[in-house]
Amino acid sequence: MLSYLTLIFVCQLLGELITGALAIPVPGPVLGMVLLLGFLVLRRQVPEELDRTATGLLGAMSLLFVPAGAGVMMHFRLLGEALVPLGVALILSTVLTILVTGLMMRWLGKGAEE
Amino acid sequence: MSNLQETWVYLSASPLFHLTLTLVAFQAALKLFEKAGRNPLLNPVLGAVLIVVAVLWATGTDYGTYFEGAQFVHFLLGPATVALAVPLYRQLHRVRQSALAIVASLLTGSFVAMISAVLLVRVMGGAEEIMISIAPKSVTAPVAMGIAEQLGGVPSLTAVLVIVTGIFGAMFGPMILTVAGVRDWSARGLAIGTASHGIGTARALQVNETAGAFAGLAMGLNALATAILLPVLWALFF
Repeated sequence: MLSYLTLIFVCQLLGELITGALAIPVPGPVLGMVLLLGFLVLRRQVPEELDRTATGLLGAMSLLFVPAGAGVMMHFRLLGEALVPLGVALILSTVLTILVTGLMMRWLGKGAEE
Repeated sequence: MSNLQETWVYLSASPLFHLTLTLVAFQAALKLFEKAGRNPLLNPVLGAVLIVVAVLWATGTDYGTYFEGAQFVHFLLGPATVALAVPLYRQLHRVRQSALAIVASLLTGSFVAMISAVLLVRVMGGAEEIMISIAPKSVTAPVAMGIAEQLGGVPSLTAVLVIVTGIFGAMFGPMILTVAGVRDWSARGLAIGTASHGIGTARALQVNETAGAFAGLAMGLNALATAILLPVLWALFF
């Protein structure tokens, strides 16, 4: 477990280094995900230990947003005077984004479905 | 008694207390969510955040002190994002099969997310600063804040909007897609990841591995698309 946790950290660190040095507009961990994907493509399989480590981390992913979420709630007064336009725009825009992306993928992805 | 009090004073300032608070609050919120038959209104992230904020407020603790403990949980977001490569690898054949459909749907969704938010705020008379701040709301927080800052928005407001968008999408996204008749797991995941980044991805992973993989993919691609497209769109139209 420790060896693959190390691999995950190395991928993240490399991701942070590369995105920082080349000023690529994606977060370091996202590039780290691409690097780990590259490793898996080369290995042609997911090592069992890596699978266990990843499943453990991903199973807890919702929990990981709680500290940032609490920070947000403490800054709610920032929303203050613009509460109505922000609230309405956020809700409608998010619903629209989900609908458009989902429907378009269903429509375009039809041919690829088994 | 004074011993107990001293211990409390010591503990309430130590990282262990706030780390434990975060974990206990999440377990409690998760229990409630499960007990209520996974009612989306009882989203565990939202529930845990409310419990934490209530405890911090009741004990007069500032966020900085809380974060000293909670940072250990927060830190794992990076490694968890990297770990998304595992479900993504398992879906790689499906990603390859529908690569064009994915890119087209993602770009359209990314575009809709930015334009609709900006236009809605504009119609309701919001200031330009507010329009910029909400434009990258569907993108993972560090990228969204960077874009908002670059274009003259308010990064801390963007952070609030990003988290609220994530929680909203995780709560109602699955319902919206079901009503719209989108049943395919890859399409559902892609939609939720595009609209509500990591929080939506975490939700999708709990339901289905294919949906989780596509949501993680969409989260990464939308960060890239928005970071490139938004400054261009902004310069063109405003």
